[in-house]
Amino acid sequence: MSQPVQPWSGPPVTAGLADAVTASDEMVQLLTPEGRRVQHPEFAFTGDDAEIAGYLREMVLARRYDQEGTSLQRQGELGLWPPLLGQEAAQIGSGRAVRDTDMIFPTYREHGVAMLRDVPVANMLGLFRGTSMGDWDIEATRFAQYQIIIGAQTLHATGYAMGIQHDGAVGNPDPERNAAVLAFHGDGASSQGDVNESYVFAASFRAPVVFFCTNNQWAISEPTIRQSRIPLYQRAWGYGFPGIRVDGNDVLAVKVVTDWAMERAREGQGPAFIEAFTYRMGAHTTSDDPSKYRLSEETEAWRRKDPIERVKTYLLGVGAIDEAWLADLDAEADEFGEHVRAACKSLRSEPLAHRFDKVFRVPTAEVEDQRDAHISYLAGFEAAEGSSR
Amino acid sequence: MSTMTLAKALNAGLRRALDANPKVLLYGEDIGKLGGVFRITEGLQKDFGEDRVIDAPLAESGIVGTSFGLALRGYRPVVEIQFDGFVYPAFNQIVSQVAKFHNRTEGRHAVPMVIRIPYGGGIGAIEHHSESPEAYFAHTAGLKVVTCSTPNDAYWMIQQAVASEDPVIFLEPKRRYHDKGEVVHDTKPLPLHQARVVRGGTDATLITYGPMVKMCAEAAAIAEDEGRSLEVVDLRSLSPIDMVTLTNSVRRTRRAIVVHEDVQTLGLGAEIAARLSEDLFYLMESPVLRVTGHDMPYPNSRVENDFLPDVDRILDAVDRSLAY
Repeated sequence: MSQPVQPWSGPPVTAGLADAVTASDEMVQLLTPEGRRVQHPEFAFTGDDAEIAGYLREMVLARRYDQEGTSLQRQGELGLWPPLLGQEAAQIGSGRAVRDTDMIFPTYREHGVAMLRDVPVANMLGLFRGTSMGDWDIEATRFAQYQIIIGAQTLHATGYAMGIQHDGAVGNPDPERNAAVLAFHGDGASSQGDVNESYVFAASFRAPVVFFCTNNQWAISEPTIRQSRIPLYQRAWGYGFPGIRVDGNDVLAVKVVTDWAMERAREGQGPAFIEAFTYRMGAHTTSDDPSKYRLSEETEAWRRKDPIERVKTYLLGVGAIDEAWLADLDAEADEFGEHVRAACKSLRSEPLAHRFDKVFRVPTAEVEDQRDAHISYLAGFEAAEGSSR
Repeated sequence: MSTMTLAKALNAGLRRALDANPKVLLYGEDIGKLGGVFRITEGLQKDFGEDRVIDAPLAESGIVGTSFGLALRGYRPVVEIQFDGFVYPAFNQIVSQVAKFHNRTEGRHAVPMVIRIPYGGGIGAIEHHSESPEAYFAHTAGLKVVTCSTPNDAYWMIQQAVASEDPVIFLEPKRRYHDKGEVVHDTKPLPLHQARVVRGGTDATLITYGPMVKMCAEAAAIAEDEGRSLEVVDLRSLSPIDMVTLTNSVRRTRRAIVVHEDVQTLGLGAEIAARLSEDLFYLMESPVLRVTGHDMPYPNSRVENDFLPDVDRILDAVDRSLAY
């Protein structure tokens, strides 16, 4: 007798393991987990080993940034931290495909991309320490604010791209005048209405936006198969633009594929979708406990695909770097880590009274009256303390 | 000066806004060739082009969400939501994104835009086409909410809303779209967030806005025949509320009745009653009364006239207020 069909029950975790660890053959890969360069019929990395060493350095620094974030949360210095551990290649490879005229709309986990865009560490950590709303200069960094509502930023990215198009900043013979948008979202976000609407709008208007889906296999506790029964990149064709899956742990492949997608967007060929097949090695956030929903075997299997180790192995193998170079990098990471910790601990919130002035650009009497009442209420305590001395 | 319908006045105001600022974009469903289901944007795409009067895919969250991005890029989107009841798919983008962005960026950035919503009932429509969603938006910090009641206000307020540096929810009383009135082109308009005394009076103040302004003016005219002098104040701005004009009126009349189509509980009437009692408690002769829609989903059209405030219900409240 056959098993009863249970259409709504989830797959066994072991099936998720198989799916999560073995991507399809269609995945673009240029550097294997063993550190071996391989050819792809359509994509080639043309940079030199010095450039690759630069990516290695940035991935190591991003990992250190992240480790410091997790530690600072454990020490009570941050309220929350969403780790990027395991996603360094996806972030550095894509972030390095962005030019100063482009624009990035991140989720809340793109700390490595933020680092590349010179978002000050203090501004970033303020969000997670609760000392600010997480602000930085969008114009200067070309990196929009972190987005907490899953997927909402993809519409902002698409609208911004429509604005670029409206400005005439696509398809110019002079490539320097062209721009595009890189919109990050995760595998979980692929179920959101806003994300699907952003695909529709981007396709309809041929907006210069690249959707960079970081498929890290887990949306908190739910495997990607709960979001999609087909590989995510295959969905893009249904919306009317190309989708491509790349080894998200291969910084060379991510860089080349994102370069391709961003350049065709800048040229006026419209949106594209990149599924970066990677793995969230850590928890969803510091409040999460992955041991409750996934097997350690799965995490171990992905550890062997580490995005940093494969680059180290390759560069050491060809003699582009040596142990002394790596020691220098470690020292630099230590220094950076110290900078992150110091920046965090120095952060203080301004008083609530200042927030009344941030509700509107042109203030209203209602909000100003409440601000004044709040200030005089607090002043009453100070006066009482003063007179009791 | 010229006479035109409220719909034509909005069209003329939008035309002026498009002329005044090349960054202004009109954006919504069916607003191009068709001119919108109420023809508010009629002829504008022909004159300003498909790049400035943009037919959007049929997705309200998408329209508002992409407007956020356009605003961040320096454009000034003027969104048309087709009907009041269709705005809720965009609620997250309005409330969590548009309203909060100035605060989120510590005042560094803003996404000024206008979200136009035809609202209110009395047109015999099917479900979702007659609602009054203003309280949701007035309750949300970071949004400014205004509504017009006359062609002159429609003409000027839409231009002022487009020029606003903060996001504006612009509510259009759809049952008044075809009412005619004078538009004064050469006189400086009232500030956007200032209320207007529609009719002077001494016995009680009717506080209202949008579609109910005309109803209250009619009630006041009838009351006059009965020897009662009612003042009518058109709020025009629902967030912020112009308390100066309101308290100046009620300080004299000592009685206030708030009239709106929206349901009663936690509507604008509740807020205004609370504020008047805080400001004028010792002066007032009676509690602030409310004449509103009932606390139910908007009813089927054959009974909507029993749901909506009308002249009799307003005058009944006036009787109760004066008898207090």
